Amino acid sequence: MEPVSTEKAPAARVEERRAPALVLRGLSKEYVAGTPVLRGIDLEFAPRGITAIIGPSGTGKSTLIRCINRLVEPTSGEVLFEGKDLVKLSRGELRSARRRIGMVFQEYNLVERLTVMENLLCGRLGYVSPFKAWLRRYPPRDIGRAFDLLETVGLSAHAQARADSLSGGQRQRVGIARAMMQEPRLLLADEPTSSLDPKTSVEIMALMETLSEMHGFPVIINIHNVELARRFADRVIGMTGGHVVYDGSPEALTEAHLKQIYGGQDWLD
Amino acid sequence: MAARTGSTDLAFPPNWWARAAWLLFGVYVFYAASHLEFTPARFAVGLEHGAKFVSRLFPPDFKRWELLVKGMVESLQIAVVASALGVLISAPLALFAARNLMPVWASWPARAIMVLCRTFHPVIVAILFVKAVGFGALAGILALTVASIGFLGKLMTEAIEEISLKQVEAVRATGAPFLSVVSYAVVPQVFSRFVGFISYETDANLRNSTMVGIVGAGGIGGTLFAAFQRFDYDFVCAIVLTIIVLIMAGEILTMRIKRVFKV
Repeated sequence: MEPVSTEKAPAARVEERRAPALVLRGLSKEYVAGTPVLRGIDLEFAPRGITAIIGPSGTGKSTLIRCINRLVEPTSGEVLFEGKDLVKLSRGELRSARRRIGMVFQEYNLVERLTVMENLLCGRLGYVSPFKAWLRRYPPRDIGRAFDLLETVGLSAHAQARADSLSGGQRQRVGIARAMMQEPRLLLADEPTSSLDPKTSVEIMALMETLSEMHGFPVIINIHNVELARRFADRVIGMTGGHVVYDGSPEALTEAHLKQIYGGQDWLD
Repeated sequence: MAARTGSTDLAFPPNWWARAAWLLFGVYVFYAASHLEFTPARFAVGLEHGAKFVSRLFPPDFKRWELLVKGMVESLQIAVVASALGVLISAPLALFAARNLMPVWASWPARAIMVLCRTFHPVIVAILFVKAVGFGALAGILALTVASIGFLGKLMTEAIEEISLKQVEAVRATGAPFLSVVSYAVVPQVFSRFVGFISYETDANLRNSTMVGIVGAGGIGGTLFAAFQRFDYDFVCAIVLTIIVLIMAGEILTMRIKRVFKV
């Protein structure tokens, strides 16, 4: 496949919109040889919209999402993103691919002793030389973008605050802003609301939805809260035991499906 | 090895192995003391000598202050230069030795270097360097640099191994190159502890720099040793008092430095 470039004929651009943004083929992961956590996942993700992955703890959701940007090395399979198989990339090529994949974490994973501004600029580290980054010499455009994003997520007043002085909801906003600094073509979110209260959870989901629509990138979210998944996702993927057992619209997700995904039924009553 | 009693479940079962080990330890202490002729009579005689020595220490004699100042300044320089060199070498070495960031082929050699640096007392290392580069401050600097690498390296390695990898994961996920991951995700987590370690090591080097002179590696130690040999106990007292003042000044300085870095 050809790498996707922004300079293309209109016809090609239409084609591009239809082509999936991300394709997983036969993706498997064994942390211990012989006990696979992911068993041959085949999925395609459209260039727009929110996909929620639900499933019981320990079923490989986090592994799946980390296999996409190779924070976890897949044992076998392909991850096709922007025309390249990420699994085959060298370390340098992988770094340039990661620059376009934003990631949001359950426990925010901000560098706690750095300021909010410094955490945001972490999103540009893939573009700035280590020496310039160390001296905090970022292009003015990056710094301008950081201030704009802080305004978008409502944290303009906290630019110089240390990340560990913020509340959970504020930290996750910084986490999302950091991912947005990368100008992502894909956003991965690993249980972004699991450490937050219900109201903040909804606000965080809505923020990601808005940004995804505004900038036109797909979002893949691991999520435990089925109601939130139903409310925000355009597509729900149910996983259990390393397999995909449901893949469809949130409206079509029935109690029978949930029973199949999570097992048992007492908790549904 | 549980003791048999009427009840089958004791709240605190006696540990006969531990008791035997304590007994053995006690016996060995007595044996070693007798072997080394550590007798009360000798101790009493020694106290008498000690009292005589202490009385000859006073009043301290500061008449040869030029010699004293020259030696102290050299000791201070040895300590500061050795600490700086030690930090410059041990910080990258600690990064290589940290098993959570580096593969085994990098961490084991780095750890081996640190263990080697810690194997010998600084004075023994100083003897080696005096043989190698001759008498003077250079030998002292090299000896204390080796000691600093050993200790700072070990402390720094442990600090790096205790960081939160979640923060590292997040920075790696942005596509940051390795050096940026280190400066943005590792250094902020360990920096304040490093400042503590460095001030501690500088303090230790200050003390050790007054010692290496005894074997000819520069600093006040040589002067101190010569004064001892010539029974100039009043001058010895002056030197010792100056060392105490210097160490205390160092302590106050490190407290200030820590406050500056908000440790």
